[in-house]
Amino acid sequence: MIGIIDYKVGNLLNVSHAVNRLGYECVISDDVDVLGKCDALILPGVGAFGACMENYRKSGLGEFVENWLKEGKYILGICVGMQILFEKSYEMGEYDGLGYFKGEVVKFEAPLKIPHMGWNELKINRNDPIMEGINDGDYVYFVHSYHALADKNDVIAYTDYGKEVTAIVGRDNLYATQFHPEKSGDIGHKILGNYLKIATGGAK
Amino acid sequence: MLAKRIVPCLDVDKGRVVKGKKFQDINDVDDPVKLAKRYSDEGADELVFYDITASSEDRDIFIDIVKDISSNITIPFTIGGGIKSVEDFRTVLLAGADKVSVNSQAVKNPQLIKDASEIFGSQCVVISVDAKRNDKASWDVYVKGGRENTGLDAIEWAIRAQELGAGEICINSIDQDGVKSGFDLELIKKLSEVLTIPIIASGGAGKKEHFLQAYEAGADAALAASVFHYNEIPIPELKKYLSDAGIPMRR
Repeated sequence: MIGIIDYKVGNLLNVSHAVNRLGYECVISDDVDVLGKCDALILPGVGAFGACMENYRKSGLGEFVENWLKEGKYILGICVGMQILFEKSYEMGEYDGLGYFKGEVVKFEAPLKIPHMGWNELKINRNDPIMEGINDGDYVYFVHSYHALADKNDVIAYTDYGKEVTAIVGRDNLYATQFHPEKSGDIGHKILGNYLKIATGGAK
Repeated sequence: MLAKRIVPCLDVDKGRVVKGKKFQDINDVDDPVKLAKRYSDEGADELVFYDITASSEDRDIFIDIVKDISSNITIPFTIGGGIKSVEDFRTVLLAGADKVSVNSQAVKNPQLIKDASEIFGSQCVVISVDAKRNDKASWDVYVKGGRENTGLDAIEWAIRAQELGAGEICINSIDQDGVKSGFDLELIKKLSEVLTIPIIASGGAGKKEHFLQAYEAGADAALAASVFHYNEIPIPELKKYLSDAGIPMRR
């Protein structure tokens, strides 16, 4: 069973559809008893960083997530769900994140079109099981105006948008993607499927 | 490199894709989900669905279709037509849409752009502009399906929409629409000089070359309906042509 963490930040249906398509059952919940019984978790996120962090704090899930990770169980952050795992963001002010990954989240700069919207290529920075079957140059779907300046050691893949932009980060039992795997066709589903396989050890 | 996007557009009426005459020979085109799947399999980068029904009962049918699309399609899609309020945004987003396109109502109530982008994020707010050339070498904004001239300047309106929080502008040339003689390149060029958000070119696609011209003029995405519905331009062929011409394409 896969748990999709519901902290009231937009539509989680697309993520749950993708998980189902991959043959896993899932539950969308903010209840620690329900999430606690899951084999792996997904932390989505849409909208502004500050609003997401505020909702996350209000949800009271912080301690649960902290313990979950300490127990060595897996979480995948998606989009703003990735960004809040970093230390800080400058989106509409200055907000502290959860600090699980080192680095800050900053805005793209002109003359680039903002948001960075559409399909862009993955550039693999280092090998990881989440990249199984994925090649340099495979396209995934991005839509974001801010991006994470990550520690190079945490970066699994970049994409090029004016510069190297963090696309996938991972360390131990924590993974995150800036793009939307649930909206990225076969490639996105392959990456999500790899994560679920790693995180559950095959338990559906 | 960020790929340029190809965006088939589907008009939906009472649960069916509106058919032209030629449609009748093709079996799978009147069901929006089936057609959407076909486009997605062929390599479309994104889809747009316009609800062209009027009554509220039909509106419910449409929302069911949006849900159906979201569980069957693995690429992003935009919903437009009849969006009047933040509540309408919420309804289609919760049904699974990635973006929401607003046209007339944004002109009538620009505050909607600001409200929706603050609540749901700019990334899901697409402002669709129907533009028609006037005799002063500029473009007027039309509403109500191209029937009413607002007197607004299309370029200025697009800039205003961006300032209010729009994440993307879909520019539809009324002059070129349905003529199949190419997009309004001058309009696209002008817009791409002043806007910092992505631009979707719409209206006028008839040949593969027209897509190339639109991207070269500064469009980030190009939208078309009939050339795809009638399979006059197969998407894989179009992508190969554009890619060979040096346009970054997802293939």
